[in-house]
Amino acid sequence: MSLRKITFDAVIVGGGGAGMRAALQLAQSGYKTAVITKVFPTRSHTVSAQGGITCAIGSNDPNDDWRWHMYDTVKGSDYIGDQDAIEYMCSVGPQAVFELDHMGMPFSRTEEGRIYQRPFGGQSKNFGEGGQAARTCAAADRTGHALLHTLYQGNLKANTVFLNEWFAVDIVKNDDGVVVGVIAICMETGETVFVESKATVFATGGAGRIYASTTNAHINTGDGIGMALRAGFPVQDIEMWQFHPTGIHGAGVLVTEGCRGEGGYLINKDGERFMERYAPNAKDLAGRDVVARSITLEILEGRGCGPNGDHVFLKMDHLGEDVLHSRLPGICELSITFAHTDPVKEPIPVIPTCHYMMGGIPTNVDGQALTVVDGKDQVIQGLFACGEVACVSVHGANRLGGNSLLDLIVFGRSTGLYIEKALRDGINYTTATDANIDTAMVRLNKLNASSEGGSVAELRKELQGIMQNQFGVFRRGDFMQDGIKKLADLRTRIENIHLDDKSDAFNTARFEALELQNLFEVAEATAITAEERKESRGAHARDDFQERDDENWLCHSMFYPVDKSVGKRAVNFSPKTVDTFQPKARVY
Amino acid sequence: MLKVSVYRYNPETDKEPYMKDYQVDTQGKDLMVLDVLELLKETDPSLAIRRSCREGVCGSDGMNINGKNGLACVTPLSEAAPNGAPLVIRPLPGLPVVRDLVIDMTLFYKQYEKIKPYLINDTPAPAIERLQSPEERAHLDGLYECILCACCSTACPSFWWNPDRFIGPSGLLQAYRFLIDSRDTATEERLADLDDPFSVFRCHGIQACVAVCPKGLNPTKAIGHIRNMLLSRAA
Repeated sequence: MSLRKITFDAVIVGGGGAGMRAALQLAQSGYKTAVITKVFPTRSHTVSAQGGITCAIGSNDPNDDWRWHMYDTVKGSDYIGDQDAIEYMCSVGPQAVFELDHMGMPFSRTEEGRIYQRPFGGQSKNFGEGGQAARTCAAADRTGHALLHTLYQGNLKANTVFLNEWFAVDIVKNDDGVVVGVIAICMETGETVFVESKATVFATGGAGRIYASTTNAHINTGDGIGMALRAGFPVQDIEMWQFHPTGIHGAGVLVTEGCRGEGGYLINKDGERFMERYAPNAKDLAGRDVVARSITLEILEGRGCGPNGDHVFLKMDHLGEDVLHSRLPGICELSITFAHTDPVKEPIPVIPTCHYMMGGIPTNVDGQALTVVDGKDQVIQGLFACGEVACVSVHGANRLGGNSLLDLIVFGRSTGLYIEKALRDGINYTTATDANIDTAMVRLNKLNASSEGGSVAELRKELQGIMQNQFGVFRRGDFMQDGIKKLADLRTRIENIHLDDKSDAFNTARFEALELQNLFEVAEATAITAEERKESRGAHARDDFQERDDENWLCHSMFYPVDKSVGKRAVNFSPKTVDTFQPKARVY
Repeated sequence: MLKVSVYRYNPETDKEPYMKDYQVDTQGKDLMVLDVLELLKETDPSLAIRRSCREGVCGSDGMNINGKNGLACVTPLSEAAPNGAPLVIRPLPGLPVVRDLVIDMTLFYKQYEKIKPYLINDTPAPAIERLQSPEERAHLDGLYECILCACCSTACPSFWWNPDRFIGPSGLLQAYRFLIDSRDTATEERLADLDDPFSVFRCHGIQACVAVCPKGLNPTKAIGHIRNMLLSRAA
């Protein structure tokens, strides 16, 4: 089959924070770069990030130290974050944040004119000894919006080529197994094109839509994970899903941790500030996994609020109208719209809600995608990943609030820098053959030829229900094994979706079918790996294995799609400039 | 059951656009318009819409809802079609339709790009951030929050007439956001770019933009400030 081919030096799939930061680096370098994005870039999910970007810029506390941030992040990860990557993120972070200011990002300010920083969960001074830190740089509670628009603006200035509303379908590999680009569809015309590139960067974001209740946008369908798994590449720590403690009950819309950072706290039906029992020191600003579990236990033990006792309240009225309207204006707006509650007067009904995928495509700090061969890391030639789709791994088993935006810009930047250098040194590869392209077209061709099968909406609901009920905040072996069986049955039906409408012009039915197939790949990898990790660590909490098991599981999980097996990969404990942070009991 | 009337047009199969009626079971809930459309799409997946965040910050699902431009995801039925009245959904007006509720926003984005929507400061960047006082930063409030949904520009008669030459309320709001940023040094260059009969002065203060902005922003006010800057510059 002969497709039109367009060729770039580097192609970035995804126009969110990570993708646009990588694109900016490459566009400035003069290499022919394109961003393929299924939505106009400022519609990407980075736009929904609220509270801020955590980084030791020394504004709130001039003595702040990136090593303290590193300590918090290692502890937050429950010790399976890679210490070399965390060291890189926390130390390079300030420079990357200042660059955002220089690009024009409208950060909130202190009286001294510096960037405003607020307290967030899991933050400390002096390696946990110096009390609560305030390290999260904020643009009111619209930090993601401010960051995403600034990056888009920076890319306009740098003349980046955007293929807006183009949908990436699958990876094209050449005869040597090197990734040489992707198949993509121009959504407006329906034309299918082979986008060839010396470097293909996945910055496709998360996949929170595998769950029925999520803070994630409709577009977060794990397209990059789906493409990688179908190409036979592994994913790492994919069982680690963060449930944000405060999604608006019923709507799933996120309420930033910054609310608790600014002094808000959670109460149960008795009006008790229950986090004092679960985390006597950090209280409401303990790690997100800890707070989410505490809320779930309050509800399970009958202390939930509302007629069905199925949520708790986030109380903020004591902060006063001025603080709420100046520091948290977006939250006031969202709460009134989605909970019919004005936080100035009443508490917001909240519940733990799927929020973030800690796992993803394993990479090094240069964004190069990795696999493991004979127990050794091996670079996947031509493929890169950064942002939520990647697992570099700075979040390990539990991400700290404010670290996702930092991850995006630090590793978007480092990926761009590495590719720039690699292009300068010269990248040679064998061009894809027609047979290589045909292989990448199998899935799309099958969908386009479908004449019978299930509907996307029904199958998606079924998938989301299984994940919500059987792979949620608390997990149990027999439940998960049952879920895995249900997923096995669902696979055939999702692979055989019926696309009734075969038209070309902006056919969203086609893209929703392709997205559902990606969601399925993420869900299956999550389920099988979660069942396999027989311990509780970070966000992965098992009723049947309640303790952390450092002897057997102080390691990354690796899910290999070809035989659906789960392996282990060593965590990096060798930072370059500081001593290793040794695992210890994780208390807040 | 709620009666929903939706603008349909598929360039491959339809000679001209038409309104199609549906019955949607809302179970009596005060759903957001986007939720209604998602329910409708379960029975008719051929309806094309744009949507992403579903919480009013990404700006994807601007559309004309019972005669008024707005974001489907933050417009409840009780506001759009009170007391069980039918819901009537059309694409945002004034720009070409690609399919159904999906419009071609090229001209809208072109006007945004025209105002150089990025910070310009040719002085060497400091080792830390450029300092900005809370008062200077406060000037950006009410401007930087724009989500580029195009509800305002496509509600503006001046933009309907001259979408190629009048920047439109959204673009001008962003123009002022950079003109007033204490860190930006290109004020003169920016004003010179805007100083013609069309870019700014086609605004006739109708304030349709203010009436529809889902983020509660006021482009007319920003345009007034730009006018004043242009007039002082000419004086």
